[in-house]
Amino acid sequence: MSEPEAAEQRETAVTSDAIDSPLLVVDGLRKEFGGVVAVDGATFSVAEGSLTGLIGPNGAGKSTTFNCITGIHEPTGGRVTFDGQDITGLAPYTLANRGLVRTFQIARELSDMTVLENVMLAPGGQVGESVVRSVTPGLRGDVVKAEADVRDRAWETLEFFEIDHLAHENAGNLSGGQRKLLEMARVLMTDPEMILLDEPLAGVNPTLEEKLLERIHELRREQGLTFLLVEHDMDVIMNNCEHIIVMHQGGVLAEGDAETITSDERVLEAYLGGDV
Amino acid sequence: MSTVDTVRDRLDALPDVGLVVGFIASIWAVMLVLAIAVGGANWANLAAGFIGSVTVLIGGYAILALALNLQWGYTGLFNIGIAGFMAVGAYTTAVLTAPTDPAAGAVPGLGLPLWVGLIGGMVMAAIVGGLAALPALRLKADYLAIVTVAFSEIIRLVVNWSGLAEFSLFGVPVGTGGATGISFKSANDVAATLINGVGQPLVTAAEGVGVSGPNLANLTYGILLLLVVAGSYWVLARITNSPFGRVLKAIREDETVTQSLGKDTRQFKIKTFMIGCALMGLAGVLFRGQAGYISPQQFRPTITFYVFAALIIGGSGSNTGSIVGAATFSGLLFYLPARLGENVSLGGTRAPGNIVDAVAGFASLDPLPLLAYTISNVSTLRFVLIGVVLIYIIQNQPDGLLGHRNEPATSVSLDRPQSGSGGEADE
Repeated sequence: MSEPEAAEQRETAVTSDAIDSPLLVVDGLRKEFGGVVAVDGATFSVAEGSLTGLIGPNGAGKSTTFNCITGIHEPTGGRVTFDGQDITGLAPYTLANRGLVRTFQIARELSDMTVLENVMLAPGGQVGESVVRSVTPGLRGDVVKAEADVRDRAWETLEFFEIDHLAHENAGNLSGGQRKLLEMARVLMTDPEMILLDEPLAGVNPTLEEKLLERIHELRREQGLTFLLVEHDMDVIMNNCEHIIVMHQGGVLAEGDAETITSDERVLEAYLGGDV
Repeated sequence: MSTVDTVRDRLDALPDVGLVVGFIASIWAVMLVLAIAVGGANWANLAAGFIGSVTVLIGGYAILALALNLQWGYTGLFNIGIAGFMAVGAYTTAVLTAPTDPAAGAVPGLGLPLWVGLIGGMVMAAIVGGLAALPALRLKADYLAIVTVAFSEIIRLVVNWSGLAEFSLFGVPVGTGGATGISFKSANDVAATLINGVGQPLVTAAEGVGVSGPNLANLTYGILLLLVVAGSYWVLARITNSPFGRVLKAIREDETVTQSLGKDTRQFKIKTFMIGCALMGLAGVLFRGQAGYISPQQFRPTITFYVFAALIIGGSGSNTGSIVGAATFSGLLFYLPARLGENVSLGGTRAPGNIVDAVAGFASLDPLPLLAYTISNVSTLRFVLIGVVLIYIIQNQPDGLLGHRNEPATSVSLDRPQSGSGGEADE
């Protein structure tokens, strides 16, 4: 009993040494649904500008952790800090406006709106989101001007993800992979600092997968964005993430680079079902 | 389906204003033809009466459908308490504008001018809408529906209650009139003043062809109401064709996603709900209170469902569709059949007393009794017609007449900017 605990403590100690500029810190996060403890004291941090992978067998609590960080669920206990500020339990819209956004496990496009509308929705603080400004004749000029800027940025973003030929199509008509690209384009339009990607590659064909990963690396390099990635494809995680967090039964089982993780006995055991 | 498609293609080609004007004009033409066919020497007066009434109906339903379209069509807020919010607006206007020294037996009010009453009615409907929505908007969409329908019945029962029929507010006697209703400054008088003042030559000309004064006033009122529709449409088009409207559509599609993209969806929903309720309150006065008298019987929940029917027919999510749907519903499905039933008779065949006799005649290969029965009972049977049309639309045109159109919520053209680098990629 005491050995894993000690190991866990050693791991956390190692982590806080290893990450000198954490953007996101999750500390003792806990979430219960009725009697089920989905997340049980998960503790980890994500370095600024990194591509961090979050893995774990089904039911390990990855998605719930995501939902707790992004305000969709209110955590039962623990603390989440983003950019040095406590963000525990804040509403999703507040977090998005602070630069912390997410995509969904199953792409959630706004299906009865065009691709361009989907993307143009995202930028924060648009002047035209005020009714008075949109309606009043003298003030609408600003709205139109801001709209033109948003439109131009939207086209650029769609071109970046190579879905600009679908701009006027209803998002509901897109293929599964295109929807994933649209979701990425949409969160990018919010001008984020950090993006949480919940299985962005599920159901995406290898060519598109390559393209998406390339885009993610490009965004890290050129805009300094931070990514936290949940993914089931081990190869993707091992080849792309410099830091990997393994969750198991609601807690963090191991942390480190690909080599550390692949050589960790407990990780293998968790994946092969050794102790379940 | 192919005829439907051709009609649809032709409709799509028209600009929206042309579409709406043309549609209403053709309903007027139908009324005119009916009046000429059945009116004899009196046709001009009959036509003015028909067209005036149908225009008021179209105007009233158009404002309501536009308001519901903002709430339900755009934002997905399932408001089935329309009648209640109309009542709030109408009763507020009534209490504000009813004379301070009413005729014997009537309820006194504050005696304020009509325009103050109209603004007051809209503000109060918006506030009550906001209060009703506040707790419900935190919950799932279905709860809003339950809350609004309950709310509208509570409002109707409150104004019907004798306890509020006449009371003293800070020493000023006011009241709702209870079940007997309340008389107040009539919006109709505006039309009457207009035609008796500047429109005097028009009245003389109209009387020359046999159109009575009240019919002309009613027609004028209908046209004024259409101007209110045009104003509402202008405001709503600007609201919906903007980033604000884009957020509303996004809330309808997926509220969680909208929140995750940084939008405080509750704010948007409450604002939208209040704007829609204000318009419903305005329609409550101008439509139901046209003659300067309202009573609780005018605000039964059925009107809520008529507005939904109008919007579903027209195409929810489209402002133009809301008006076309309102015109189709109120003009062609609601008003026209009733006038046909009143004015068309089948020569010598007398309508049987009940449906069994009518069908019995049909069984002996004589269709006339059934036809005569149908015509004489058309006021009732038109509700069957409305039901059939609704089922047909939901099955074959689930987006309504215009709901299939792509109307992106934005205030600029969405074409690719010319200076962009992507010009060579496609197209």
